[in-house]
Amino acid sequence: MDKNVDVTMTVNGETVTRRVEARTNLVDFLRYELGLTGSHVGCEHGVCGACTVRVDGRIVRGCLMVAAQADGSDVWTIEGVTETGEIKALQDAFVERNALQCGFCTPGMLLTVAELMERKPDASREEIREFISGNFCRCTGYQAIVDAVAMARAKGDA
Amino acid sequence: MTDMITDRWILDRPNSYIGRSVPRPNAPRLAQGRGTFVDDVELKRMVHVAFVRSPYAHARMKSISTDAAKAAPGVVAVVTGKELAKIHDPWVGVLTHLEGIKSAPQYALPIDTARWQGEGVVAVVADSRAHAEDAVELVEIDWEVLPAVTDAETALDASTPVIHDDLGDNLTWRRNANIGDVDAAYTNADHVVEETFVFGRHTGVCLEARALVADFEPSEEQLTVWHNNQCPHMIQNILATHYHLDEHRVRVITRDVGASFGIKVHTYADEIATVGLSIMLKRPVKFVADRMESFVTDIHARDHRVKGKIAVKNDGTIVAFEIDDLTGIGPYSMYPRTSGIEANQVVNMIGGPYRFDNYRAVATVVFQNKNMMCQYRAVGHPIMCAVTEGLVDAAAKVVGMDPVEIRQKNFHPDDAYPTKSAQGLPFENLSHEESMKTLLEAMDYEALKADRDEKRKEGIYRGIGFASFIEVTNPSAAFYGVGGARISAQDGATLRLDAKGNVFVSTGATEQGQGMEAVISQVAATAVGVPPERLKIITGDTEHTPYGGGTWGSRAAGIGGEAVAQAGRALREQILVAAGAMLQEDAAKLDIRNGVVVDADTGNERIGLDEVGRICYYRPDTLPDGFQSELVATRHYVPRKYPFAFTNGAQASYLEVDVETGFIKLLRHWCIEECGTVINPLLVDEQIRGGVVQGLGGAMWEECLYDADGQMLNANLADYLVPMAAELPDIDCGHVVSPTADSDLGAKGAGEAGTCGAPACVMNALNDALSPFDAKITSMPFTPKKVLQALGKI
Repeated sequence: MDKNVDVTMTVNGETVTRRVEARTNLVDFLRYELGLTGSHVGCEHGVCGACTVRVDGRIVRGCLMVAAQADGSDVWTIEGVTETGEIKALQDAFVERNALQCGFCTPGMLLTVAELMERKPDASREEIREFISGNFCRCTGYQAIVDAVAMARAKGDA
Repeated sequence: MTDMITDRWILDRPNSYIGRSVPRPNAPRLAQGRGTFVDDVELKRMVHVAFVRSPYAHARMKSISTDAAKAAPGVVAVVTGKELAKIHDPWVGVLTHLEGIKSAPQYALPIDTARWQGEGVVAVVADSRAHAEDAVELVEIDWEVLPAVTDAETALDASTPVIHDDLGDNLTWRRNANIGDVDAAYTNADHVVEETFVFGRHTGVCLEARALVADFEPSEEQLTVWHNNQCPHMIQNILATHYHLDEHRVRVITRDVGASFGIKVHTYADEIATVGLSIMLKRPVKFVADRMESFVTDIHARDHRVKGKIAVKNDGTIVAFEIDDLTGIGPYSMYPRTSGIEANQVVNMIGGPYRFDNYRAVATVVFQNKNMMCQYRAVGHPIMCAVTEGLVDAAAKVVGMDPVEIRQKNFHPDDAYPTKSAQGLPFENLSHEESMKTLLEAMDYEALKADRDEKRKEGIYRGIGFASFIEVTNPSAAFYGVGGARISAQDGATLRLDAKGNVFVSTGATEQGQGMEAVISQVAATAVGVPPERLKIITGDTEHTPYGGGTWGSRAAGIGGEAVAQAGRALREQILVAAGAMLQEDAAKLDIRNGVVVDADTGNERIGLDEVGRICYYRPDTLPDGFQSELVATRHYVPRKYPFAFTNGAQASYLEVDVETGFIKLLRHWCIEECGTVINPLLVDEQIRGGVVQGLGGAMWEECLYDADGQMLNANLADYLVPMAAELPDIDCGHVVSPTADSDLGAKGAGEAGTCGAPACVMNALNDALSPFDAKITSMPFTPKKVLQALGKI
């Protein structure tokens, strides 16, 4: 049986086609086939959120989905949303508030809070904490992240 | 103190960046996903290693069959311990200043016996990690399972098997301390209170796992290693020593590091093996630990059982402390720092904030068949702090004093410095009284007590807990160097003016996310007189940075920063000599401000640094005969007056216990930290907050659970509970500033403080909340089960 599959998807607005082992997960596909190393691998069992990417408008864990499942999908990574400027206010606030230290969780964290801002722009601090509770950050203790999200929102409203 | 360096020139510079929350130069790159972590490094002909790991805590390999693995798709090599041992020397994790410490030789892969579950025993190299993992499954080992030593309490019993026959027993190290006359103090005291404290085994869980790419180039016998280690020069020395390479032909590069906390400061066998595989195969080899591997091989920490006693008079005066500390450290003492330091720190620091004259301690460190234990953030601090502060609270209760009052009564007074601890450690200038005062104001203690008492009437059980603490930072050679470890205590900095008037800053300190590059840039910008955007910070490369110790023990700002300050001042003076030659002006009458040479008195602009650079590099012919400009300056620094810059702080916790479910809700947390000169307030606060949460992790949730056979039961992120955003409180930070006079900059470290005090004050708050039930918990983590057991509900 052929263990390889052809996959075609749109990644950050660009159509890509690759033949990969069927077991290749989405984050490995993005990192090693496409060189998009901004999405990180932290646990490979769906807990830490470092591999969070956006597939067809919703965030997913890039380690819990095989690339073949994303065949035909529209995929966005930190590199893509940086390029479009979509999350610039959040990124600026993260830098200003030092809401990142080592930066390893940050791409996944940013994509997560971007979705929260989309779904619930008026989220309270508790709701922000709740929503990012699937993204592990060992460095900050999270308070700066909550502050940065609130800061970015305040600037957006101004 | 007058014999110390007290020239605070760096704090008086015009356009100073010291004390400002300057953004980190490397943060935007990381926020855009454009960092370069080790796993992002891809080299031509690179192959990947996966390890067969021991499924047993203790077992002998009677035979190893690698034929099937070697025939598997993509496999390049399958290598055993016996094969790898031909090209490297083993290491032994001992230091001479820990008198009597012993350990056994450890190899990159064990020769015939695995001594903990998860130990790498056979290496499989393939064209992809997936193929390597496939082939790992095909390696056949005929195991003879041996009895596992897992309980530290019985590790020294005559009936317990000895893990290393050559060592004779399972004792790694024992340290005794006996100061004053504890027995007489007990006789004279009004009360002697005894308590046993248990600290669960937990680990660092860096989100980026340990990783390296080793690339051996045989024609020049050059080894290049991309590594996420905290100490590139230390690893350079270790690799050269154990593989018989010329040290100057070993280059260690540490680019972005996905946090470390002391996890990435050690010699890990699987990393040494990866280097050996590159030497054998003459091509690049990558190893990236997966999460399960991280849990069973990243060093674990704590796992101490401390029996403590405090002797106190009726008026609250503390007259004696005594501890009996027991810790199990796995089958080997970690190299090169040893696994004795955490116990050593506990012995050294018990009772740190307080005046007392009598102290007795014994610390016993034993081998066991579990993953190895070693130094992790705030080494020893959370243990010594919780034991000290738990005992002080117990003493307060027995004499009927407020917890704050008993602390204030016994602190080393703020006007008593310099002084020494009971153990004889020198304290330069601490501020326990001021820190506690600041803390009480920040938390509004009286209002909090009223709220707690009011809620109790409604059946809501809230508690307030305190922890005062001391913290070791800016370690000199007294920490490791005197014991024979080749770990640099000094640090160097080289500053170079380029032809456009920009400055390259190379430092031996390294960035792990704590913001070191920002701190270095602030100090350099201030010392030279240029805006930070005209600096380029170069770190983490043994070929391009001055020799230094990297990042550990809260040393990067205080030691690395001071070297940068001194090099920056030297470069400024050298630039002014060149500018003076151009302007035919006395260099002493000039200064550099905002990237421009100015008259020091008037501030009038004289010549830009770009013009100085242009003339020095392209038109030296226009300068006076015999004048040669020197636009590079290097300086080194190590603290010499004090072995460590001890610092201090105070924390408080407010929490609520659900006495029906045993769940604890952390409501609020405060930390007042003293770190001398604050270079970047924002970064200091975030170090504190991150540290507090790491301390909360060990106190509340995190524990590496083992069964009696030495199997780790929760080696994954689903079952090992790390702190996530929803269960954490906001943390208020404040500062008291007493700069060290051991450097011009005056900075002490801040990285350990949060982790040091958080477990202690949560424990005291929890027991305050449980006090109406006469229930008490001193075993971390404080799980709901333990709470319900203490309440007698289960």
